Amino acid sequence: MPDELNRVVREEWGRLVALLLARFRRLDLVEDALADAVEAAARRWPGEGVPDNPAGWLQTVARRRVVDRLRAETMAHRRHALVATDLDRRPPTAMADPGGLVEDDLLRLVLMCTHPALAPGAASALALRLVLGVSTHDIARLFLVPEPTMAARLTRAKRKIVAAGIPFAIPDRDALPGRLATVAQTAYLAFTAGYAPASGPDLLRPALAGEAVRLVRTVRDLRPEDPTLSALLALVLLQHSRRDARVDDEGRLVLLGEQDRGRWHRGEINEALGLLTSPALVDAELPDRAATYLLQALVAAEHATATSAATTRWDRVVRHYDQLVRLDPGPAALLARAVAVAEARGPAAGLEALDGVDVPGSHRVPAVRAELLARCGRADAALAELDLALGLCRNEAERAHLERRRRDLAP
Amino acid sequence: MKYLVLLMADGELPSWSGMSQEEQGVMIEQFEEFGRACEARDGVEILGGEALGAGDTATTVRTRGGERVVTDGPYAEAVEQLGGFYLLEAPDLDVVLELLTVLPAYDMQVSPVVDPY
Repeated sequence: MPDELNRVVREEWGRLVALLLARFRRLDLVEDALADAVEAAARRWPGEGVPDNPAGWLQTVARRRVVDRLRAETMAHRRHALVATDLDRRPPTAMADPGGLVEDDLLRLVLMCTHPALAPGAASALALRLVLGVSTHDIARLFLVPEPTMAARLTRAKRKIVAAGIPFAIPDRDALPGRLATVAQTAYLAFTAGYAPASGPDLLRPALAGEAVRLVRTVRDLRPEDPTLSALLALVLLQHSRRDARVDDEGRLVLLGEQDRGRWHRGEINEALGLLTSPALVDAELPDRAATYLLQALVAAEHATATSAATTRWDRVVRHYDQLVRLDPGPAALLARAVAVAEARGPAAGLEALDGVDVPGSHRVPAVRAELLARCGRADAALAELDLALGLCRNEAERAHLERRRRDLAP
Repeated sequence: MKYLVLLMADGELPSWSGMSQEEQGVMIEQFEEFGRACEARDGVEILGGEALGAGDTATTVRTRGGERVVTDGPYAEAVEQLGGFYLLEAPDLDVVLELLTVLPAYDMQVSPVVDPY
């Protein structure tokens, strides 16, 4: 594929899908037609040269394909005789139009893909496909499932959109913030899948996390004043900025304290810090979901602004976690708080904070408990917890880390 | 599109028989308000809707090996809870979901009716 075509697909796919969907409301035809148009471009642009308005070219070719298909269907069912001619008469929404229309169509598309009536996993995959134009092949690779499985999941989601009558629409002002919260949650789900894969050989799948960041950014560009999307963008930027430092040259996990801070992406950190001081987040009455993202982002910002692990202001980190636990007393928040307490007030205080925290089936609580026990000098108890953690851990890079700790502690 | 809305369970609401007459009156008013909200909404129409008898009054009809068997159960999982239904005409799922906020907070299931054409 020529570079220019790659760029247009990457940057304009969602807008093109949205525009065509606004006009034809046929998810099945629109996506196929656009894929056909991209294929035609790959064939013709190298010889004929890239057109002046590449996105407009793709839109025109795809629109003709849809109209052709609708005509063919009309011939098949006489009862729809008027459909195709009516569609021909309606003036096209110009791609060049910089006004709000196209952006609203893109937002409609995002809201449709992330509708709460769709399974959350399927919704985030569908958003990557339709909004960002990531291929089914790549989405399958990003989510670590076989391509036919992902293709079936996407097809099922698209069928449900059509069959259940999930609208291509922006809800009223009252409902929109709640729906944008679902959009954020869906994007964060994709991000988390890339940031902390539950199984498999890789510790990180930065490509998926990167696509999820792009999705959050795309949606937030449409609603920059939305606090949930702003807080989430700050959070994912801060977490993503550490990607190159989290794994060493041998692919081993590097804990936050030992990371080479020179490898953190400063541009992304600065962008996130700017968001955290933006009007959408400062002195605003935040919905719970936004506050949850904001507090996690504030923790990440403490790490990002500390010049070394030793100068981290752990007391402030603990304060953010105290607030987070009040909002969302889930085991993940309690576990993170216990780690911060251990850093701020010593491993014994950390162990106390960990009392009663349990995530069934997860290795993380016993792994942290083992580390704190070891720091208290209780090697035997630490080894027992490490064995528990090793029995549960499915991520190979994290297993290697736990096994190293076990060798260090074993008598 | 047509949607079948099943009123599946009381959710966090007290059961009908456990409510005072005034509380029941408030519920009935909510159903009437739902009817008015549907009427006021473009493209929305209640095509049908009834309250159903308690689960143990239902009858099961099954055909196995060509033989039709009519029994008192075993029921589909829903039947002990299924309290009533609406058949609605509405432009899309979000319109239905929005109108349902007018009803008491039952657990509900919304199924699109398959368009035979």
